[in-house]
Amino acid sequence: MTTSVRPYSASPEMVRRALEGKKISVVDLLVSTALLLALLSSLAVLLTLLIDVVSEGMPVLSTRLVDFVTSPLSARPESAGLVQGLMGSLVLVGFVIVVAFPLGVAAAIYLEEYAKDTPLNRLLVSNVRNLAGVPSIVYGLLGLAVFVKALSGVTNGRTLISGGLTLAVLVLPIIVITTSEALRAVPRGLREASFGVGATGWETIRHQVLPVSFPAILTGSVLAVARAFGESAPLLLAGAVLSNFFSAPAGTSFISQVAEQSYTALPIIIYNWARQPQEEFVALTAAGIVVLLVALLLVNAAAIIARDRFERKQVS
Amino acid sequence: MADIKDRVASRIPEVTNREIDLREAPPPVFQLEDLSVYYGAFLAVADVTLAVLANEITAFIGPSGCGKSTILRCFNRMNDLIETARVEGKLSYHGVDLYGPQVDPVEVRRRIGMVFQKPNPFPKSIYENIAFGPRIAGQRNNLDDLVEETLQRAALWDEVKDKLGDSALALSGGQQQRLCIARAIATQPEVVLMDEPCSSLDPIATLKIEELMQELKKEYTILIVTHNMQQAARVSDRTAFFSVDVNEKGQRTGRLVEHDTTNKIFTTPSRPETEAYITGRFG
Repeated sequence: MTTSVRPYSASPEMVRRALEGKKISVVDLLVSTALLLALLSSLAVLLTLLIDVVSEGMPVLSTRLVDFVTSPLSARPESAGLVQGLMGSLVLVGFVIVVAFPLGVAAAIYLEEYAKDTPLNRLLVSNVRNLAGVPSIVYGLLGLAVFVKALSGVTNGRTLISGGLTLAVLVLPIIVITTSEALRAVPRGLREASFGVGATGWETIRHQVLPVSFPAILTGSVLAVARAFGESAPLLLAGAVLSNFFSAPAGTSFISQVAEQSYTALPIIIYNWARQPQEEFVALTAAGIVVLLVALLLVNAAAIIARDRFERKQVS
Repeated sequence: MADIKDRVASRIPEVTNREIDLREAPPPVFQLEDLSVYYGAFLAVADVTLAVLANEITAFIGPSGCGKSTILRCFNRMNDLIETARVEGKLSYHGVDLYGPQVDPVEVRRRIGMVFQKPNPFPKSIYENIAFGPRIAGQRNNLDDLVEETLQRAALWDEVKDKLGDSALALSGGQQQRLCIARAIATQPEVVLMDEPCSSLDPIATLKIEELMQELKKEYTILIVTHNMQQAARVSDRTAFFSVDVNEKGQRTGRLVEHDTTNKIFTTPSRPETEAYITGRFG
């Protein structure tokens, strides 16, 4: 048997024919088309939703947009607004940022930079990951049991404090995970360089690791906060008021509204309006969704601008 | 100061090579006695005994996996960053056991600087790269002067003096590595460890680093790990040749074969293994 492994040799004509025989790969074409379709279909769903919501909400948005976002709730659709929901949601997000962000970042720094690789710590990490997957209604139950009931002396029961803490606990694992990943992405060489010039562990984290990973931490945390912004299920349990007729008496101080009064949030209002039998509430619901989306976009945009500014400051 | 030198000098005969004339040799900065490094249960390098002399360049050479970088990283406790790493034996610095229970690794690293294989400047300005070490060491005043002097010593000042505020990452690879050398000497160490500092640089940048090393050795003690035997022959005064043994389980353990003047190692090595490696016949 002669060997078939030998160097390639051919005339220029043979080389030309072999190299120029460009074929269209049918499989490649099919796969790329299928992938493009997948992308387009998910975009199409989103776009359909957006168009549907905006067109349904148009009667409200075009005629009384300012009135809509600045008026309180009302049983009369023509004068109903969602200012309490807007304020409630913003305060809730404030709680998430103030409570969950530092706590989550601190926990992640401990897990990534200080914790030894022991079975207990590995169990801790996998538990945090599992927590991020727990359905939000479960956190609502937790909020009801712990913040509304057990800690009612601190939270005054069904207040923005209870709701804010519930949402903070809800997004805490997400912040821990994204921060962990951001810290892990920092190249080893940077830590070695810092320790190499005599920095302590904390100096290395504070001056080298955190500045490098901060944009990624911020991006992940913004997604977590956005999730909190849109959550309704846990708030239903943790004390957000379902009634359409909720309104704090005029002249109530901001502190009192946060710490003592009942509250509502944008998703809760949307949920309630969607259940109303009157025809007019369909437009109100759609307009509410548009306001929620725009508010969400604004929160995200603010975070992106903050991140870019930070990155620019880092370089210069 | 003098009594430390005397104390250290009294220990030389145990460890230094017989070739060294003890009366002329400078006192050793480091003495290693049966130093072994483990990663968990795995023995990475076994029983290294050698002395490192002041104001000399000592090169560690040997095949991949022989543990030369691992040993180098013991000198500034960099192996502490690897959780499973464990050191046995003794590594003394001016007679002080670097792995003694009272020793603060942060203080060790201020006196024993390090330059890494891949240039790893901080993603900050050139100025901040130099100023970071001194600042965390507590220096607040005259940082401008210190930055200028350090960069001049590292032969980088003329190239960067007009852009100290620019990002260090915008420099070329060779400039970045010289910046890393400058950063290492900014904390005013006595020793500079270099772990294959030129392996990612082109020949011209390599030449600049080698010239810089010759300049620096007047004031610093330098240890360099290199894969490049010509580099070891060119720059170093003393060379330690490491080899690797493979046990029946396939685990590779490094050991020191020979440690002598570079001239001797490259011309008349006393061990056949060294000769085989130097001349390219190894395996």
